[in-house]
Parts: sequence; C-alpha cells; structure tokens
Amino acid sequence: MLDSASEILRLQAAGETSAVEIAKEALDHIEASQSTINAFTHVDRERAIAAAEAVDAKRKAGHEMGPLAGVPVAVKDVLCTKDMPTTCSSNMLRNFRPPYDATVVSKLRKADAVIIGKTNMDEFAMGASTETSAFGVTRNPWNTDCTPGGSSGGATACVADGSVPLSLGTDTGGSIRQPAAFCGVTGLKPTYGRVSRYGLVAFASSLDQVGPIAWSVDDVALLLQAIAGYEPLDSTSLDREVPDYQAVLQSQDLRGLKVGVLRDALDTDGIEDSVRKAVIDSIAVFESAGAEIVDLNLPYSEYWVPTYYVIAPSEASSNLSRFDGAHYGHRAEQLTPEILQPKKSPTDEDKSIGPLATAYCRSRGEGFGAEVKRRIMVGAYALSEGYSEQYYNKALKARRLIKGDYDAAFTQCDLLLGPVAPTPAFRLGDKIDDPIQMYLCDLFTVGANLAGVPAISLPAGLDSNGLPVAIQLQAPALEESRLLFAGAAFQSATEHHKLRPTLGTS
Amino acid sequence: MTLSDGYPTETIIGLEVHVQLKTKTKLFCGCSTEFGAPANTQVCPVCLGLPGALPVMNDEAIELSIRAGLSLDCNNPPLTKWDRKQYFYPDLPKGYQISQFDLPICADGFIEIEDPADTEKTRKIGIIRAHLEEDAGKSMHDEAAGKSDSKIDLNRCGTPLLEIVSQPDMRSSAEAKNYLNELKLRMTHLGISDCEMQEGSLRVDANVNLHIEVDGKKIATPIVEVKNMNSFRAVERAIDHEIDRQYDVWEETGKTIKDEAKTTRGWDDAKETTFLQREKEESADYRYFPDPDLLPVRLPAERIEAARKNLGELPAAIRERLQSQYGIKAYDANVIVNQGPELIAYYEHVATGSGDGKRASSWIQQDVLRTLKEQQIKIADFSVSADKMGDLLKRVAGGEIDNGRGRDVLDHLIANDVSVEDAIKALGIEAVDGNEIESLCQELLQANPQVIEDFRGGKQQAVGALIGQAKKKNPNANPQQVRETLIRLIQES
Repeated sequence: MLDSASEILRLQAAGETSAVEIAKEALDHIEASQSTINAFTHVDRERAIAAAEAVDAKRKAGHEMGPLAGVPVAVKDVLCTKDMPTTCSSNMLRNFRPPYDATVVSKLRKADAVIIGKTNMDEFAMGASTETSAFGVTRNPWNTDCTPGGSSGGATACVADGSVPLSLGTDTGGSIRQPAAFCGVTGLKPTYGRVSRYGLVAFASSLDQVGPIAWSVDDVALLLQAIAGYEPLDSTSLDREVPDYQAVLQSQDLRGLKVGVLRDALDTDGIEDSVRKAVIDSIAVFESAGAEIVDLNLPYSEYWVPTYYVIAPSEASSNLSRFDGAHYGHRAEQLTPEILQPKKSPTDEDKSIGPLATAYCRSRGEGFGAEVKRRIMVGAYALSEGYSEQYYNKALKARRLIKGDYDAAFTQCDLLLGPVAPTPAFRLGDKIDDPIQMYLCDLFTVGANLAGVPAISLPAGLDSNGLPVAIQLQAPALEESRLLFAGAAFQSATEHHKLRPTLGTS
Repeated sequence: MTLSDGYPTETIIGLEVHVQLKTKTKLFCGCSTEFGAPANTQVCPVCLGLPGALPVMNDEAIELSIRAGLSLDCNNPPLTKWDRKQYFYPDLPKGYQISQFDLPICADGFIEIEDPADTEKTRKIGIIRAHLEEDAGKSMHDEAAGKSDSKIDLNRCGTPLLEIVSQPDMRSSAEAKNYLNELKLRMTHLGISDCEMQEGSLRVDANVNLHIEVDGKKIATPIVEVKNMNSFRAVERAIDHEIDRQYDVWEETGKTIKDEAKTTRGWDDAKETTFLQREKEESADYRYFPDPDLLPVRLPAERIEAARKNLGELPAAIRERLQSQYGIKAYDANVIVNQGPELIAYYEHVATGSGDGKRASSWIQQDVLRTLKEQQIKIADFSVSADKMGDLLKRVAGGEIDNGRGRDVLDHLIANDVSVEDAIKALGIEAVDGNEIESLCQELLQANPQVIEDFRGGKQQAVGALIGQAKKKNPNANPQQVRETLIRLIQES
C-alpha cells in the first residue's frame, strides 16, 4: 500500500484506513529498513503520528481535505523544516534547525501531507552516489552493495524500499533523475522557476530545482501539483499559471506527438548496452502509442559536463561562504580565546593568516567533507580575477549555446528521448575516489539544468543483474504536462514501474 | 597650492560617499531600517543569510537611486544587475555582499560646487558612478584589557546604500567640503537619504595624494584612502593632515606612487592625525559574479522620464527661485537652502504669510536659527508655527508692531503656545495714537534742548537718545514714529 499515494488517498476517503495507521506502517517500515538502506537522516515518530492524527481529526470534523491528506512524504534533507534538523548531510549543519519551513514544505503541510522525515543525500547535494554524506552511505534497495545514485539517493531509496509513496528531491545536475533511474522509480526535475527554491539550501542557485519522486507518473503528477507555482519570495520563480496535471493524464493517445531520439547519446563511449537497449526498446513503445519518432542531436552536448562543472562549483563556492561557524553551524571546538590570541603558540599558518581567518579555516576545514571542499576550490578558482574570463564567463557563453541547442531541437520535436545515466547503479566505493568518473554520471542529465527545461526519469526495466535501467524525457520550459502525459502513456504500456526490489545483495 | 619653502604641489582628492537610502525596509527583505533598535532585533532569515533564504529586491531603493542619479546628472543604464562581492567577515553573514560590479545603476555624472578660491566661480566635480549595495552589520570590538570579545549587531545588515564615487577632481579640502555639502543637500532635498553622519547614514572615504612638481616634472605620491571620519569638518582636517604628512614622507623617503600600493589610513579625531590601518591594499579579489538569486533590473526610458518629472526642484533652482520670488539676496537664499527642505518650506510659508520675503529671511536666519541652535532642535520641532510667524511679521511689516516689540512677541510665542493676538495682549502692546506721541516728544524736547541744537548743528543721530527715553516712558511707542515726530517738531520749532 505504501507504494501508491492515490491508493492511500482512496482508502482513507473510503474510511478503510486512517492517516495514523498509514503513518505507523511507514514508520515501522523505515525502522526495519533503516539499518540496511539508511535512507533517512532524521525520522521523528511522535511528530509524524501527531501530524497524521491532526489529518484524521480534520477528516472526522468534516473539513475539506488537502490533496495529499494523510500521505506520508519524505523530504530531502536540503529543504528547511522548522520542526526537524536540516543537515544537508553535512557535519557543518549536523545540529542546525532552521527557524522556518521551505516553501515546498509549507505547501506539503497545507496539502495535509504527513512529513515522515528527512532523507540522506550527498553532502550539500554534491555527488552522484550519496556516498559523500556525513551520515553514512545510503544503499540501493535493489542491491545493497550498490549505490542508490545521488545526490537524492535517500529520497529515491525510501520510495524504492517501500517506506513512503512520495518523496521530494532536488536536482542541480541530475540529482533526482539519476538516483530515480538507479532505484527504478519515477523522478521529475521541473522547469527552472516552476517550483520555489525558498528554503532549499542552495548548491548552485541557477540550476537547483525541487522535484517529485514516486513509483508512477500519476503520483509524481500529484506531488508536483502540490509544490508547483509562483512565489514572490523566490525572485527566480516563474509567475505562470500551473496547469491541472491530473487532467493531462487521462489520454494515453500519443498520436501527433513528435519524439526526438538523441542518437549521439546512444553512441557515447561508456554507455552500457542495457541502457542503450532500454532506450531503443522504449522507442517502440512510443511508436506503438502513436508518436512520431525523429532522430536528433544536440551538437553542444559534449560541452554540457565541462560547462556544468564550472558554473555549479562557482555558484557553490559563493553559496557555501555563509557556512563560516560565526553565526550557526559547525564551529571548530578548539577555538578557545587562547587559540584565537595570536600570541599563544600558533602554527606558522595561523601566524600568517591571523586569528579570524584561523577560526574560519578550522571551522570550515572540519565542517565540510572532501567533495564539498573540492568544489569550493574549483569554483573559487574559476571566479578569480584573471581566470573568470576563461572559466566562469566562458561557461556562461557555452550555457547560452547549449540553451540555443534545446530551442532549436524543440522546433523539430515535442520531446527528447534518451538515457538518464550511462550505467545502472554501480557498486558502493567504485567511483568515490575518482571524481571525474563520478562527474560523468551527469553526462546526460546536466543539459536540462543548464537549459532550465523539465525532464523526467522513467523506469525502463532491469539489466541482467536485476538492476533498474531508465529512460529520460525532456520537454521545453514549462511543459511538465507533456512529460507527464507521455510518461503516463509509457507506463500504461509497460510494467517497468511496477517492478519491486526484494532486498538483497549480489 | 604651494607649501611653504617647498616644491609646487597639487592635491588630488577623490571621494567615495556611501549614503543610506531612506527606504522603509531593507534592500532585499521586509525588515525595518529604523536606526537605534536593540541589537539583532530587525533581522529575518534573509538578512541573517540563513541557509535557503533568498533575496527579493526592494523597488523603492531602485526609485531612490534613479532620483539620486538624476540629481547628479548621471545616466541610468537600460539594464542594471546585481553581483556578489565575496569576502569573509563576521558582520557579513552570507560571506558576500550583494552589490553592483560592472553595470551600476548610475554612471557618469557631475556636481557643480562653489569654488572656494573664488566664490563667484564654480567647479565641476565628476561622478564616475553610483551603485546600490546592501550594508553589512556592525562589529563592536571590546578592546578592554584581557578581553578579545567582538559583538555583532546585524540590524544594519541589508540596509540599502548608494555608493557615490567621484572623479579625483577636487584640489583642496575646502573643495571636498563643498562637494560633500552640495551632495548632502541634494540627497536630503530629494528625500533620498537623511545623510546623518552620526547615525552612519552618510559615510565618506577620501582618496588623497599629491602631485609635486620638481624641475618641471610631476611626481605623484602614493595614494592613501582615509577612513573613519565622522563629520565634514573631520574630512577637511584629515585631508589637510594627509597633505602635510604625504609631503613630509615624500621629502623623507622619496617614495612615489610607483613604489607603494594604495594604503588605508584611519583618522583619529582626538589626535588629529591619520594612522595606518592596512599596509597594502592586498589587491583584494572579491570574485565578483552576477547574483543568480536575483534577476537583472530593467530601467525603461519611460520610468526614468517619469522620475525626472517627479524629481522636484534641485537646490540650485530653489536658490534662484527664492531670490526672484521673494526678492532676497543670493547669500540669504543660500543660507536658507543649505538648511534643508523643511526650513525652506517654513521660510516660504512665512514669506508668503507676511508678504515680506526679506523680513522673513532675516528673522528666520537670525531669530529662528539661533533658537533652533540653542534648543538643539529641528525646524519641525520649533514651537512657533509658520502661520504664527507669518502673522507676526505681517504686523511688523505693516507698522502695527515695531521690530523690538516684535521680538518680544516672538520670545513670548516661543515660550507659550498662544496666538500672536494673545501674545500682543499679554505683553500689553497697543498702538499708541499720534497725539500721544506728539506730546511725549514735546515733553522730551523741552527737557533736552541740547538735542535740538545738536540736531541743527548737523548731528542727526542726536535724536537717538530721545528715542530711547521715549521707549522707557512708553514701551509701545514706535521708534520710527517717535523719530519722525521728533525731527518734525525740531524743524517746525
């Protein structure tokens, strides 16, 4: 039951179960799976049950119920929650409790959802395997020796292992779509500006988006409906009306829809056969549903990853400056007044930079993990005087060309079809010491972030090892409806999203 | 200028002035900008830079900046944007300041100031740019012995500042002072800023160096940025001090602009010296880049034009108008305008009410400004309304009350909240009829025959003594009327 939000809504409305019963089931499930999967950084049983009781009471009192009434939802630990810690899976924010809710969290509460807990992630959303978390790795429910992907690894694993039906992730370069692919669930990155970023702890502000994760497109649509919309608190949010996403799911007739297949992507070095096969197989599905298939390429796609890995770290280096231990967050313990006094046996380094910089260096040195430091350094370098022209500013120019590619492609087709990641889930530890290999996980996903367009990851079967593979659809800005419509048609023609893992190792 | 027994020297001064814009709320959040609230009470997740919080631009700050730009003859570009200026400091909670790097909201303007060397002439001081930025918080370092505590108040964090950067066009401290006065005047007149240095709503950094002419060659001394000046007077004195100091250092070391990077020095008002703050402007790399949380700001020509129409009168225009409309001299118009918009409004109200602009000008400059100074208040808090003042001066102008009695009435009005009519009654002032004056004068002339002789002998001022006596006998006697009567009686006799 915990794998379908619509089913949970129906059963409650029919009086066959209660929000409290559902919440308890989810909490019990998490309790059982957490030691293996480690999808959560924080679960508050009492608070979740209290929230569920409030939903039941509301229903009993005959009030109109919110669209997610009594549905357990997990929230990625990069979204601020005033009643739970918000750690970004970093030691820097291990004990941080924000005084406010992110807009998407307020919207969940308003929709009467029951927020079950916060999910594990790569530290500050930097990673593709959830291995950079300061709270331990999350394991893939399909094979616990494998990574769930990342950075929203906890967010996809908790859906895949049956703990909750709905989960919120964030996607800066593929962080919803790639782990959704690895965990065999459906994940959508909305158009940049479709969902408010207020209260999302920024990684790369011009790329970050919050998005829904669930088993099915139907449930993804349900959650997207609850969180989408303009908000004045986020200057980059788009003041455009949100369509009724449920309405577009009614038809599965794809006649007249032009699907552009990214042929070059399928010929990329390093793409696994199972992934290629999944895309090719899906072409037949779309064709038989009436879609017209055209072959397409995005000529600047070879610059996606280099462009992304200049822009994202540049913005990150700035966004993460606020974590200095001065006002909140981790502060190096040994920073006693004695140490800060320059006269008391400082190291040579301390002497040269003074007590204040020493305090910053120690707090940040202890609070951040290796990958976060790496990206801060890369970003600071790319923005430095004398280098910004050849790195940051050049990347901005490349980004405009990449966006132009998309604009041109969407004059020839309605949707782009391609892979999500070059491989299915890889083994934990395989890439953690090789940043370049890890960054190449983003090969097919960062384009949508750079262009600001919406994209969805859809389960497309299992490989020979029983690991999920997936396909990606991308649409023009604000055309989430088209992704959902085509995704629902795909899912009505296939059973991939109905496959469930049986916990095990290989 | 030439220093005594030194080489001919020219002083080069450029000023960076931060004015705090008079918006109700901060630049990127809804917190109040009110000065003087308890520490860290006017803050929210946005200005505290909490994770996940996002800035939202305050359009009022844009409007005020456009006004400022227009008043400084600047251009406003069609598109301006926000950039992050990055550095670590505890009073900067985000680790960056939202500012404007390469597309400032105002650029390329000028101010005309009175030339201190020749007040008939003006000097044109160029404005390079004026950009908007958010203020940082305030650090308070407890420097008591054995303590190393610093306290941070973030109330000021996010307050809008307009940084106005001049060309290095000023050649003396007096020019710098005139520039600051004129700048402050425009900002206060147009409601852009309060420009209260004591409250930090106007801050000045001065870049100073010398061009010393030796054997026909110009030698530039290293540039010094002087900070920590808390009054215009201090700016003048700090610049004068720097001129002497830089000359002495040059004589001593021979160091020129090529030998030393820009240094920062603080002004010590008590010791009247500058002291070294930062050895070398560590060519700070602020890693500017466009703030991805904010959209670029479009400034359509229509908006600029609308602002131009609503700009109101600039101080120079008001000076001209006061002269032509109320018949006062340039000097008087200047004094009134320099007092700011509230006093100008007061003056105009009184001048119109009394029908005597010159009298209104002289009474306001003398009596009113003196009282404001004594009571340390502003014109808004002055106890005599412009209506009453106009009524009083109309009576004085019409001869109902003489100047001296008029001042008694004003004193009474300052101390008591009564009408002019009641003040006159309370002081027992009444018009004295002509016959009464005549008999009073006859009486005085009889008692002082010497005065008649002196007057006839050509000493016109001799009647002055009798006017004094007449006032003693009857305080309501109008001195002018007494004088005229005395002279007539002497001539008739």
